[in-house]
Amino acid sequence: MKYQAVIGLEVHAQLLTQSKIFCGCSTRFGAAPNQNTCPVCAGFPGVLPVLNRQVVEFALKAGLATHCRIAESSRFARKNYFYPDLPKGYQISQYDAPICSNGYVEIETREGGVKRVRLTRIHMEEDAGKSIHEARGDASLVDLNRAGVPLLEIVSEPDLHSAAEATAYLKTLRAILQYLEICDGNMEEGSFRCDANVSVRPEGTSSLGTKTELKNLNSFKAVEKALEYEIRRHTEALAAGRSLVQETRLWDAEREATRSMREKELAHDYRYFPDPDLLPVQVDTAWIEKVRSTLPELPGARKQRFIAQYRLPAYDAELLTQRKDVADYFEAASKLGVDPKSISNWIVGDLFRVIKERRLDDRLYITDWPLAPERLAELVQLIGEGKISGKIAKTIFEEMLVSGRPARVIVAQRGLEQISDPASIEKAIDEVLAAHPEQIAQYRAGNEKIIAFLVGRIMKAARGKLHPQKTNELLRQKLDERKR
Amino acid sequence: MPITRDDLERVLLLARLSLPADEEARLVQELGEVLAYVEKLDRLATDDVPPMTHVVDIGASLRDDVVSNRPDTDALMANAPAREDGFFRVPKIIE
Amino acid sequence: MSLATLTIHELSQKLRQREVSAEEITRDVLGRIESTEGTIHSFITVLREPALEAAKAADERFHREPDPNPLLGIPLAVKDNVITRGIRTTAGSKILDDFLPPYDATVSAKLRAAGAVIIGKTNMDEFAMGSSAENSAFFPTRNPWDTARVPGGSSGGSAAAVAADQCAGALGTDTGGSIRQPAACCGIVGLKPTYGRVSRFGIIAFASSMDQVGPLTKDVTDCALLLEAIAGHDPSDSTSVDRPVPRYSEMLAGGVQGFRVGIPKEYFISGVQPEVERAVGAAIRVFQDHGAIIEEISLPHTEYAVAAYYIVATAEASSNLARYDGMRYGYRARGRDLTETYTLTRAQAFGAEVKRRIILGTYVLSAGYYDAYYLKAQKVRTLIRRDFDEAFSRCDILLTPTAPTTAFRLGEKIKEPLQMYLSDVFTIPANLAGLPALSVPCGFDAAGLPVGLQLIGRHFEESKLLRAAYAYEQATRWGALRPVLESA
Repeated sequence: MKYQAVIGLEVHAQLLTQSKIFCGCSTRFGAAPNQNTCPVCAGFPGVLPVLNRQVVEFALKAGLATHCRIAESSRFARKNYFYPDLPKGYQISQYDAPICSNGYVEIETREGGVKRVRLTRIHMEEDAGKSIHEARGDASLVDLNRAGVPLLEIVSEPDLHSAAEATAYLKTLRAILQYLEICDGNMEEGSFRCDANVSVRPEGTSSLGTKTELKNLNSFKAVEKALEYEIRRHTEALAAGRSLVQETRLWDAEREATRSMREKELAHDYRYFPDPDLLPVQVDTAWIEKVRSTLPELPGARKQRFIAQYRLPAYDAELLTQRKDVADYFEAASKLGVDPKSISNWIVGDLFRVIKERRLDDRLYITDWPLAPERLAELVQLIGEGKISGKIAKTIFEEMLVSGRPARVIVAQRGLEQISDPASIEKAIDEVLAAHPEQIAQYRAGNEKIIAFLVGRIMKAARGKLHPQKTNELLRQKLDERKR
Repeated sequence: MPITRDDLERVLLLARLSLPADEEARLVQELGEVLAYVEKLDRLATDDVPPMTHVVDIGASLRDDVVSNRPDTDALMANAPAREDGFFRVPKIIE
Repeated sequence: MSLATLTIHELSQKLRQREVSAEEITRDVLGRIESTEGTIHSFITVLREPALEAAKAADERFHREPDPNPLLGIPLAVKDNVITRGIRTTAGSKILDDFLPPYDATVSAKLRAAGAVIIGKTNMDEFAMGSSAENSAFFPTRNPWDTARVPGGSSGGSAAAVAADQCAGALGTDTGGSIRQPAACCGIVGLKPTYGRVSRFGIIAFASSMDQVGPLTKDVTDCALLLEAIAGHDPSDSTSVDRPVPRYSEMLAGGVQGFRVGIPKEYFISGVQPEVERAVGAAIRVFQDHGAIIEEISLPHTEYAVAAYYIVATAEASSNLARYDGMRYGYRARGRDLTETYTLTRAQAFGAEVKRRIILGTYVLSAGYYDAYYLKAQKVRTLIRRDFDEAFSRCDILLTPTAPTTAFRLGEKIKEPLQMYLSDVFTIPANLAGLPALSVPCGFDAAGLPVGLQLIGRHFEESKLLRAAYAYEQATRWGALRPVLESA
């Protein structure tokens, strides 16, 4: 029998606000423990939350970009449970009246088609603090810097049927949030977190199998491997007629396996109820339209435009539009009138390599580009004009990274300009030929391969600056003349 | 709906409370009386009545996204039963 | 005559005219506390030295400021669930026994800015849960009119302190009657403002959708002055309402000629002490004699108010009190593991009534019961509010007894939670609907215990309540009578 996986994803995206969701504490990452705290986010007696407008605005952006219905009035609820890093004994979240619902995200399937993944809801909530368990034998340590950092919880419908689809969805969603500049999407640092609900059923049926919830998925690779593992585990169990337990399982990246979280001895009952400290969040049409008007072109649309406008292959367009900063860079370079495909080649090749080496893509925006787009455009232009060879261009590129000087300056200073006029090339050829009578004789004897050797000598003598094609042609001409 | 001893145990667990055994029995009875009293609400037809979650009819007033708190970790932690290196020290959390 | 017996406006007058200094007043009041506190037990914390310092600072300000705030140099008491920076704040609970807050409640900051002298933090039912001040984790407070009786609650310490001249006025909080009922029991004026009129920031929450801070004072004028000082929008409390604060103290005169006063018939039924009914009946005639139009009205859902209240209030409290877990501040018990630490901390440091309400509140919110209890109660709240909307379409104010009986004896109801809850039957509806309501003295029972008259107004119409109460006070002077206390 064939089986089908059914996957739904819950994403928690940390929002890039300056201050926390309900108080004026900083959200800055990496502060000393409990430095970004105050009586409000530390859950002291008598304090009250006041909602950050930017959080609502970011939720609206996310909702509009994913075709959600925006609620005119939404409200916060309390999710009650005890945990040392949950200062109030409840998390302020949205429950029965989320700000966004019924949206969708379109992803590309492996077959090249488009699939629509429905979103159940997007809601605002506060993050909890962090506990360090390993530090001491008999104690845990609690840091509340993260308590109260704003989150969007984005819940998909169980529309995904493979690990690959799930990853594609996550990548698309992350790219959207990054384009909106509301989340940096860093999975390792936990600013883009994902839990997955998985079940497996016989293909063609609509029944729902036993569901497991997967946690600790802190990279795309972890998501893909954990889902593959879990789907296999479910499928094997079903095929063998074994029953599964509905449970929460953790992905163990070292062992490459999921393991059951020891079920907490205390059953959960979150006792949600509307938070009396926060009045309903009201969003009018004017606000929605204002936010809509600020939405940037989103990755899917931009990719299609790149294909059409710059005549790029789909593969290039995909790579260039995954990040907004890269796509912006590409357009900034291309508008200077150089060949877009060449620009794309340089970005996807050499520039991406440097970005990876320098870990510049850890952050939402690359602010310190190794090379300004105008500089890259100039380099490509020099090649197009025949001023330098592609090989020389690589050298110049590396030097630009170090010195930051424009390509034309480097070319001029180091005399790297390509020599194209026949007289100069002929002069260089003649000098080499004069020194290599034996090789000329071999050529005359029919050894065509010797040409490559001679070109190498000529190029070396001219420090690589001769126009390669012209040099080849002229050398052949001269040798053939002598043959006659 | 009379409250049972099991209900009480479940609620005590949720609320992180405990009671001496003799008080539990008394509380089951007391809560039973209170719940019997509040059952008078069932006499009211409320299907078409919206719940009142807030007294105030206006929407939330929102704050600007500005960092306004100066860090004052010492003052914040001065009341902590146990602290260590700027952290709140708590009994070991077992995941 | 002792300075301690004077009202806020009388003291303010003397201070302005330089007849006395703030320091003299504060010393006099501290002396009064010293001689009476052994009998009354109004205070959890008396702030002797800080008060004298604040008084000296106030005296300096009198030299500098041409038009000083009416609260400058006035000794006030503050209920111990109002956060005071650097001053122990317990909410009457062992769990916050040694809590020193690093911040001020907005109302505390306002009092300090006005130059008031905070003389002490008053006793209360733990987390404001109670109607007698007997649920204090520390000690019960006695009624200055009869020390065998309770002062009412939960702001029992504040009410007793004002009645016993241990302060010129006080702040209390009122979730189901906790200002008005003790004010009635102690023969003083107490006002619960409209929900949203006064900031709740820094008020240790009991039931967030009903809690309000308000004044307890010796007369209506003081009540207006104190309300003026604490009212107003607060950016730190998003449920506080952005409306201008009227000069209540300048709007007291004018009388009740033509006022339409509604008498809800549901408040005059069995269970009301006959002397209370008589005193309130006499008050109605006073209003009538002064030109008010008296009209019997109906608030048909009144009998459901206590039930709805105990569901909503305990549900909110069960969540509000989850933060007292021994992790970041307050008492922590030693358990073998985390769960046991939580459980022992809360079991040892919360009192019986607090635990009872947390348990009830947790139960009504738990899976399978939410709709039957919590949602139902919220719907009934709507019905109660509609009753008032209907009544206020015809009336300016409503007039009722504040409490069904005068002050009861210590221990009389402590073993019967439901009976204790029912002593709030007349005060609770205003909290459910968020309406302003005040209690003003309207006579005495045969045992010489004060009776309170409750006036309920439309949202944000405190000025009308105060005006009516002032007219009544001027006509009767019940509040001018003070208990005679033997020095301990």
